[in-house]
Amino acid sequence: MNRTFKLATVALTSAFALGLVAAQAQAESITVVSWGGAYTKSQIKAYHEPFTAKTGIAIQSEDYGGGLAEVKAQVEAGNVIWDLVDVEVSDLIRGCDEGLLETIDHSILPPAPDGTPAAQDFLDGSLYECGVPTIVWSTIYAYDKTKFPGAKPTTMADFFDIKKFPGKRAMRKGPKPNLEFALIADGVPTDQVYEILGTDAGVDRAFAKLDSVKSSMLWWEAGAQPPQMLADGEVIMTTAYNGRIFNAIATENKPFEIVWDGQVWDLDLWVIPKGAPNKEGALKFIAFSTDTQRLADQASWISYGPARKSSVAMIGKHAEAGIEMAPHMPTAPENFKNALLNDFEFWADHQDELNERFNAWLAK
Amino acid sequence: MAQTAAIDTAAAGIRVADAVNLKARLRRATARSRRNAFLLTAPLLLVLSVTFIVPILDMLFRSVDDPVVGRALTRTPAALADWNAADGLPPEAAYAALVADLAGLRKGGGDGKALIGKFATRLNFEQPGVRSVITKTARKAPKLKQGPYKDALIKIHKKWGQPEIWAAIQRLSTPYTSVHFLASLDLHYDVDGEIVAQPEVRQVYITIWMRTLYVSGLVTLLCVLLGYPVSYLLATLPQRTSNLLIIMVLLPFWTSLLVRTTSWIVVLGQNGVLLEILAWIGLVGDQGRPQLIYNMTGTIVAMTHILLPFMILPIYSVMRGISPTYMRAARSLGATPALAFYKVYMPLTVPGIGAGSILVFILAMGYYITPALVGGQDGTLISNFIAFHMQKSLNWGFAAALGAIMLAGVLGLYWLYDRVIGINNMKLG
Repeated sequence: MNRTFKLATVALTSAFALGLVAAQAQAESITVVSWGGAYTKSQIKAYHEPFTAKTGIAIQSEDYGGGLAEVKAQVEAGNVIWDLVDVEVSDLIRGCDEGLLETIDHSILPPAPDGTPAAQDFLDGSLYECGVPTIVWSTIYAYDKTKFPGAKPTTMADFFDIKKFPGKRAMRKGPKPNLEFALIADGVPTDQVYEILGTDAGVDRAFAKLDSVKSSMLWWEAGAQPPQMLADGEVIMTTAYNGRIFNAIATENKPFEIVWDGQVWDLDLWVIPKGAPNKEGALKFIAFSTDTQRLADQASWISYGPARKSSVAMIGKHAEAGIEMAPHMPTAPENFKNALLNDFEFWADHQDELNERFNAWLAK
Repeated sequence: MAQTAAIDTAAAGIRVADAVNLKARLRRATARSRRNAFLLTAPLLLVLSVTFIVPILDMLFRSVDDPVVGRALTRTPAALADWNAADGLPPEAAYAALVADLAGLRKGGGDGKALIGKFATRLNFEQPGVRSVITKTARKAPKLKQGPYKDALIKIHKKWGQPEIWAAIQRLSTPYTSVHFLASLDLHYDVDGEIVAQPEVRQVYITIWMRTLYVSGLVTLLCVLLGYPVSYLLATLPQRTSNLLIIMVLLPFWTSLLVRTTSWIVVLGQNGVLLEILAWIGLVGDQGRPQLIYNMTGTIVAMTHILLPFMILPIYSVMRGISPTYMRAARSLGATPALAFYKVYMPLTVPGIGAGSILVFILAMGYYITPALVGGQDGTLISNFIAFHMQKSLNWGFAAALGAIMLAGVLGLYWLYDRVIGINNMKLG
């Protein structure tokens, strides 16, 4: 090869490479972090794909297991790589108080189709300084219908009754919301649960109830485990996030049944870690994904209730299985009769102490 | 003759002077080549210390570093300096100082408010339940314009009228703290500042330390018992068969750890392979099957399986180096095969056993994924707790203290191993 030819080749290759790099640098993207499994799939279908189609901003979806550890590590190191995180209320309160999250201006949120401003359209008290809610979700318990030929469990007390329904159960590994379940099963009315749990005698009572079933109990940590354990036959009943069980029933035709009595419901919200690389893109995403239509759309992929009142009327059928979604929402009237709202203030104060106590109880 | 004598003395002079000269020059040359060799490794040492040693030391430092309260409250610690819990409640000056501090932080914009949140969280680790007390008091503090502050604060929340919260504030005001190390051993300071045991319902760490040591020791023992015969087989078979069998040890070794752990869930589960076969034979019924997974049994089985190659490979490479003539010599001198094995062969393999054991033991001590997946409630080890405090409770100081104790413990065991067996007796092949 003569010299000119070699020079030309080098010049062309580097121009091409530079062009590629420049093109890459211009494609905007945000990193959205959520809980994985069927829930993340519902978000990808209802929020991520329509958002990218509308604005051209690409979305990197990542999974995490909850808690603020990664957000805290990133913010303290000054190297934030997450733009948006889906968190529970107690994590939002703590993160906001400690300055780990950006404040969100609620004026960016679109009003309802009938003109109601966003602040009134979202469920009362659900809009926070640092977070915008998306769904109402609930921890319930579910059982395998084929394992119960005769009497079936119908109340929270039945979950703790190993004489009437002998067999292994599974619960989330941690005090939340198992202590509430224990007190409800012990006969405490839902409006007194947190009051009693705030006393030493109340906590002792909850742990005594858990002791009565400890030998039959297995413990799960990830949301995808309970339907798996039920399907494997490891357990006959398990507490779970309602959407995951519904997903197993609707798309995998599993013979599971949900017991709504004593459900503990909560919200999930979008938050932005302080110093996120693409805060503008994250805010656009929040405004888009929490509008009325989008929240109704996610309800057609998983049975979590929308956080906007105007979305409830728009809930239709499941996108793949064609089942009517409305009766499967945690907030549907027939499911909501004996429900308890998770008290994040109580858990913000007591979760460290009760976690320690729970770990000690578990280890003995 | 004189010439020879001259040459002799000259030769003798060269020898003496040059000998001294030569020694010095040799020393200098050796030092230079050692320095050059060190310079060659210097980049690697630099990278290691920056990316590995310094971050670890920083993390371990968090176990004693406790600046939050001192940074948040600038006036209160001084006002509490002479106070003792035995004297009852702190003086009015302390209440005034607290109100001034909290009001100052509230007015201090985003950073000030974030410091209140961090302070509330930190105090809550010490004194459960006070988080909302601090946040509520901080919200109301700017409105308290004048004294007496004592009654005003007690009206905001009754906990300000009890010494516990003040004792906790006083204890945490020092920049360095020992509370995390005490908690790792199930101890804590009571309101008078004495070190006492934690309430029994919260005691868990001593149990977990013992359990971790027990599981690691048991897994090491099982690996020795199961791995030694395998290594012997591999070392004594002819080369071709032995190579084939070695692949059967290495292939699982190269498979993902997660895959191997979850495959045990399939094998040992209630309706898994093992129990189904036993039920088909008739050894177990359909109901009331033994629980083989999600408990200590599951942890030990899975960990032994995963750590076995770490035991087999060192022992195998040591055994490969043992000449078969030793055994033949022992036999020829009249020893029975068993005696020859016990007296001649096994002592020669002890360095391999030592290497494998220390490898397996240290790995088992730090094991996290396997106990997390198949351990259930009685199979969780100390690393699961460290992970819990890193990820869920965000009490990094405490996680650092647990990690520091574990590091010290493992280094101590290593030193003990060195004294008893000798680290130079360890061979990897």
